[in-house]
Amino acid sequence: MVEFIDALFSYAFLSRALAAGLLISLCAALLGVSMVLRRYSMIGDGLSHVGFGAVALAAAMNLAPLTVAIPVVLVAALLLLRFTGSGKLKGDAAIAMISSVALSIGVIIVAKADGVNIDLNSYLFGSILVISESDLWLSVILAAAVLVLFVGLYSRIFTITFDETFARATGVRTGAFNTLIAVLMAVTIVLGMRMMGSLLISAVIIFPTLSAMRLCRSFKGVTIAAALVAVLGFTIGLIISFVWGTPVGASIVVVNFAIFVITAIIGRIYPEKH
Amino acid sequence: MAHLICRNVSMSYEGRTVVDNLSLELPRGAYLCIIGENGTGKSTLVKGVLGLKQPSSGQILFGEGLLQRQIGYLPQQSTRHREFPASVREVVMSGFLNQHGYSPFYKKEEKVRAKEVLSMLGIGELEHRSIQALSGGQQQRVLLARALCAASSMLLLDEPTAGLDAEASQEMYELLERLHQEQKMTILMVTHHLAEVKKYATHILRLRGDGYFFGTVAEYEEEVGKNG
Ligand SMILES: Nc1ncnc2c1ncn2[C@@H]1O[C@H](COP(=O)(O)OP(=O)(O)O)[C@@H](O)[C@H]1O
Ligand SMILES: [Mg+2]
Repeated sequence: MVEFIDALFSYAFLSRALAAGLLISLCAALLGVSMVLRRYSMIGDGLSHVGFGAVALAAAMNLAPLTVAIPVVLVAALLLLRFTGSGKLKGDAAIAMISSVALSIGVIIVAKADGVNIDLNSYLFGSILVISESDLWLSVILAAAVLVLFVGLYSRIFTITFDETFARATGVRTGAFNTLIAVLMAVTIVLGMRMMGSLLISAVIIFPTLSAMRLCRSFKGVTIAAALVAVLGFTIGLIISFVWGTPVGASIVVVNFAIFVITAIIGRIYPEKH
Repeated sequence: MAHLICRNVSMSYEGRTVVDNLSLELPRGAYLCIIGENGTGKSTLVKGVLGLKQPSSGQILFGEGLLQRQIGYLPQQSTRHREFPASVREVVMSGFLNQHGYSPFYKKEEKVRAKEVLSMLGIGELEHRSIQALSGGQQQRVLLARALCAASSMLLLDEPTAGLDAEASQEMYELLERLHQEQKMTILMVTHHLAEVKKYATHILRLRGDGYFFGTVAEYEEEVGKNG
């Protein structure tokens, strides 16, 4: 612990990773509340795999990863939200399909493209070393946007998350809202997958809400608890990763799972009082 | 000018027609009951009126300045909300959102009104409970309270008394009658209770597989008298 705090002050990469990671985890958890409760959890998973494909493609074409990945993931997010809404193609099947194809294309590109020198491991499972100054700034902007959204549109988020059909039926416009969520989701995933890894980032979106739901029975309660769980899970995961040299993304996921188990037990011992 | 106009409306699912060439004009302040056996397209028509599903042909129009955001809606009962973390208060307040524009916070009057609606429905003491912990009938009343908060001139209810016991169902009819009389609310309700329909409704729409009847209650009685 002391070691970690020492290092935090001596290594710029570590303090950047902590700051960016905290902000991204917070955003992922807040957006996750709406995604999980609308039963769109799988979309986050699909998008991170698409993100991996896009990053591999960017590397092969010698482009900056974010400039390719953010638009690609955004388009995928809008498409997936539409698929899941329309019921034309079974939503979860569509997601599974898109996600495995994107992942495979990415892996093929990385294996075959000439002169591509990317560390597959770091993209799939994340790395603490990769957070640049510009990633940090993007994270700050993203976090600000998500927080403003959450406060400013809080009642709208609840109404649409609870019952989108009722919202539309009573004249609440939902299209713009869904697009906005998709944009923020895309940016969160692309930023987050650098550190957490494309295979693991969706856990950061889903776990905090699941844990929060063991403890709280109101939407406001779940939202606040999910934000706290995300911050806690990230911090502990990062410390463990640093102290024991374990992979950072995986450590965060395991810590989140531990928190889930603990909250499930607490939820059992103290069920809702009413 | 009528509050709601259907002109030659047909509605279908993947080419299978469920509502066929239906026309009606409903005056403002009417109380329409939609009756008919299961699967005759009652819920589908309600979704058409709400714009949740487009008619395959024909038009559904609002008249007399009716706007989508003046409508309250109680969907046919589903078990969707069983696992959703939300307090009764959160759910009921969400009915007001359609009157909000871009203002992010609920107003004080709305909080007071939500409390009134809850106690009117006999569930005032549930305000801070979680919706997950309620019985089916209690959940139904919470969703009705939300619909009442959302409705400023029209209320659409799809089998509102399903899941309520006889007494609660009676109270529901009396409550709706008060809204109809005192607030001049236009009401569209899908129901199976013929006795209450005849007592409270002004208009009846009866759907059957091979056609429909639309008219006032008196016209309906005459029609039934003729055809048995
Ligand atoms: N989403 C749907 N997809 C396909 N068919 C549907 C769908 N919803 C309803 N139907 C069919 O349309 C018909 C009318 O359904 P509905 O409007 O729910 O009837 P009601 O409310 O009168 O019982 C039924 O035969 C039903 O099977
Ligand atoms: Mg029905």
